[in-house]
Amino acid sequence: MEGYRRRRLVDRLMTGLTFLATALAVLFLISVLGYVVVQGLPGLNLDLFTSTPRPVGEPGGGMATAMVGSLYLVFLACLFGLPLGILTGVFLSEYGGRWLAPLARFVIDVLTGLPSIIVGLFVYAVVVRPLETFSALAGGLALGILMIPTVARTTEEMLRLVPLDLREAALALGIRQWRTIVSVVIPTALSGIVTGSILAIARVGGETAPLLFTAFGNRDWNFDPLQPTAALTLQIFTYAISPYEEWHRQAWAGALVLMVAILGLNIATRLAARGHWRPW
Amino acid sequence: MTTATRTPKGIRVERLNAGYGRQQVLRDITLEFAPGQVTALIGPSGSGKSTLIRCLNRLHEILPGAWVRGKVLLDGMDVYAPGVDPALVRRRIGMVFQRPNPFPTMSIFDNVAAGLKLVGGYDRRRLAEIVEQSLRRAALWDEVKDRLHQPGTALSGGQQQRLCIARALAVGPEVLLMDEPASALDPASTLRIEALMRELCREVTIVVVTHNMQQAARVSDYTGLLLPGPDRVAELVEFGPTSQIFTTPRDRRTEDYITGRLG
Repeated sequence: MEGYRRRRLVDRLMTGLTFLATALAVLFLISVLGYVVVQGLPGLNLDLFTSTPRPVGEPGGGMATAMVGSLYLVFLACLFGLPLGILTGVFLSEYGGRWLAPLARFVIDVLTGLPSIIVGLFVYAVVVRPLETFSALAGGLALGILMIPTVARTTEEMLRLVPLDLREAALALGIRQWRTIVSVVIPTALSGIVTGSILAIARVGGETAPLLFTAFGNRDWNFDPLQPTAALTLQIFTYAISPYEEWHRQAWAGALVLMVAILGLNIATRLAARGHWRPW
Repeated sequence: MTTATRTPKGIRVERLNAGYGRQQVLRDITLEFAPGQVTALIGPSGSGKSTLIRCLNRLHEILPGAWVRGKVLLDGMDVYAPGVDPALVRRRIGMVFQRPNPFPTMSIFDNVAAGLKLVGGYDRRRLAEIVEQSLRRAALWDEVKDRLHQPGTALSGGQQQRLCIARALAVGPEVLLMDEPASALDPASTLRIEALMRELCREVTIVVVTHNMQQAARVSDYTGLLLPGPDRVAELVEFGPTSQIFTTPRDRRTEDYITGRLG
């Protein structure tokens, strides 16, 4: 029994420590959420959603262009990132090959950790410079590139969960591999693929850095893919570092809207994943 | 090509060798599956029975590293000849698996129609006809005719397996491969599947893999015994009419195996 008391003490101490660490972590996160809510609520009004930005000094104005701009950018990003990501996932899971798939998987995993500003720089160099203009297209492209790793890897994982049985059953009916993938394998894994896609959207929806020198921002409405476009995160950034009280207020309100939107997407993800696992 | 019913065809296997990578599974298998008959392949686990029938419809080759040498002649045509499309071979040689595997996202109707729908060229009325006919042939029609649009996975295990049989029949194969089709089912469902095999063999040649010797004795006209040799590569030990295999086996190993002294 030598050291019994010490071992028991260490055990209890460590149990307490992990609990404390968890409580602290949750506290920080809740504080962030709470702070944004408290700071953002006063600036929240209808104008924020319906008005375009006003020049400094003029009261009122809102972030309508920025919100729509963000949606537009995410839409362009999906147009580019979802097909590429999903098809890559299909390749990794269903075709692969001996060395190509492991290599591609490695590159994709490295890309997952790539700082987003570097993607922005890359798009600046290969799209913005040659076209000689900041543009929605460049912004959407940057976000789309950032989506690819998440979408590709979740698609691959979800397709791998589909039993080999089903693929064999389809092939044994004389159905070709591509038809088998499209009509049997993907529908079986669909909720997982949707989940991965929404997660990827939620991830890039809050990006600022890659938009700084691609979409650039715009005070007016723009739906021309070859013109600079406003984005919620960009406007929050611009307003937050400005010296004007009114803009600060709007920046907090914009941040609250962004946070709620991303939170909503995450909840949607859980709903889409229901049936596979229940988080509550 | 438009009718779901075809005449049964025979398959002749000549000096078939198969395996994965460096591991050989089958050595020099030569035998003939007679048209319109039920042939059972028996043998212990790991004796290559499944590999053998998966070579017949070219499903073996989809696994990584798989290889096949030798000939498989379907009604005289070598399915491994250059230029032969495996998808077309599989439409002539259907397959039912050990575990019932209806497509989980499809209704009962769509499961049966899958092999036709996903290839295209069938109008709805023709599809409905073939689905009904196939479900009748699989002795499932009466149980599901009022709920064709429910998911196939809502059926019981035995019904799911008959659904898989209907799905295979809908394509109009001339041969039906069955890989331990009843081993995941209860005794009553097993007997239904066996009765079905006796019915179906008039229209489609049946090759059934089983590790259940009573089942082989009950359903088959011919039986082949596969046993792994000293190097673990399986060979065909004996092949002949089922009654002869079970009463007067010529090979000592067959007698040992069916009396339970081997395997």
